[in-house]
Amino acid sequence: MSAVNVLFDAPGRRGRLRNNLLTAVSGLALLAVLVWTVLKLDEKGQFNWEIWEPFLTAEVWQGYLIPGLMGTLAAAALGAVFALVFGAVFGIARLSDHRWIRMPAGVIVELFRAIPLLLLIFFIWFLAPNVLGGGDYALFAIVLALTLYNGSVLAEVVRAGILSIPKGQSEAGYAIGLRKGGVMRLILLPQGITAMMPAVVSQLVVLLKDTALGYFIVYTDLLNMGFKTLPSAYPGTKLTAAVVIGVIYIAMAMALSAFATWLEKRSRRSRRTTAKPVAVSAVEGPAGGA
Amino acid sequence: MDELIQYGPELFSGFLKNLLLSVLIGFFSLVVGTILAAMRVSPTPVLRAAGTTYVNVLRNTPLTLVLAFCYLGLSDTLGLIFSTEVPLYNSFWLAVLGMSAYTSAFVCEALRSGVNTVPMGQAEAARAIGLTFFQSVRLIIFPQAFRAVIAPLGSVLIAMIKNTTVVAAAGYTVDVAAVMRETFDTTGVSIPIFIGIVLAFLVVVLPIGWYTGWLSRRLAVAR
Repeated sequence: MSAVNVLFDAPGRRGRLRNNLLTAVSGLALLAVLVWTVLKLDEKGQFNWEIWEPFLTAEVWQGYLIPGLMGTLAAAALGAVFALVFGAVFGIARLSDHRWIRMPAGVIVELFRAIPLLLLIFFIWFLAPNVLGGGDYALFAIVLALTLYNGSVLAEVVRAGILSIPKGQSEAGYAIGLRKGGVMRLILLPQGITAMMPAVVSQLVVLLKDTALGYFIVYTDLLNMGFKTLPSAYPGTKLTAAVVIGVIYIAMAMALSAFATWLEKRSRRSRRTTAKPVAVSAVEGPAGGA
Repeated sequence: MDELIQYGPELFSGFLKNLLLSVLIGFFSLVVGTILAAMRVSPTPVLRAAGTTYVNVLRNTPLTLVLAFCYLGLSDTLGLIFSTEVPLYNSFWLAVLGMSAYTSAFVCEALRSGVNTVPMGQAEAARAIGLTFFQSVRLIIFPQAFRAVIAPLGSVLIAMIKNTTVVAAAGYTVDVAAVMRETFDTTGVSIPIFIGIVLAFLVVVLPIGWYTGWLSRRLAVAR
């Protein structure tokens, strides 16, 4: 086996035989299930060309998938930018020496981390027209809610990143006569950013997936366009539509995840900081949001 | 405040449904997640590949899509596979199914990373003093892995409880989020109702975070 782990010794002669047997049996069982499913689906015409053909036509992409994807990416991009700003501001505020800055920032961060995101989206979506006058607030509600929630998680990431820098670094800064602002700006932040980058990118994956909550407030995102509107315009394409948009979501999220893993490897061997990379799970499980 | 008194009972029973869902999903995803984690560390390549594929697919798909698929696509698909009409219209169990499938991927990753934090030398030392496989797992590896797993599992649990508000995508429309939306739809947005629901979630979620954090700190050993 390739990955050595603590549970298993390197197998001996009998162990290898047993492993090969297990491999063969489980492989055959899985293959049988797979073949049976494919045959059944084929029997029902799920591989018929007319069900898949729409996904190769320009109308489907131009009319449904690309506008949906654009909506998803717009919400994700806006949410990411604002959440990063929010996270930086509140993360640093939580480290302030002044109680009157530290306390409110802490309360806000803890609060928005604990509120279910969908409730926040509903609340903003219903409240916005009352406060700001009529209009379509779907994008606004998603972006603001994503900012508050992911910004709060990012604030914790920023805080953990800065706290992970050895104390000697800031002491050295004070010793050469820098003030608080200078120590933060010139010493802690540049090193902290290297340490927190992997966790930040992992959180952006969560943010990207959470844009799908736009489904509930009829925002034109990939899920609404691809799974609700599209199958009703092209009958019988429900399963194929789910496969196609599922693949798009998975590809986007996995690309970002791979980037986060690469960054983590890079910052682990980086000499630019003495801080260890911040683990996402140390802040909150990547399962956050929806 | 009047709305909160008027809709309070309905909202509260919705919230209890979220909690019931959480208990069921927590149980099922722990069982499935443990099996998946065992698959992902097993010496059998096929099982490992199957586990890895499952985890990667479920972890990178939005929960809303998973639930919407359970609701709108699954009975179609199962009907297609089993060639009979499958009466899969109990939206409560559809929600449990979809969310357990989704959450188990995160449980699997938390458990797996926990096992991986145990240093190789621990297993070797256990073997060296003559412990059998099961003894070394029970006495040496599991206790250490458990300690590393508490905090991440706590986060998964918290996220899962919050995520139960999304079950309307599976057609289950009597949970607290759906009830809240309905009251907003009919009587307009109400800040007291929102604050009430948020407080209910805080009461459940915050202690879990505190307790798991405290427990993992208390059990942590100085290395």
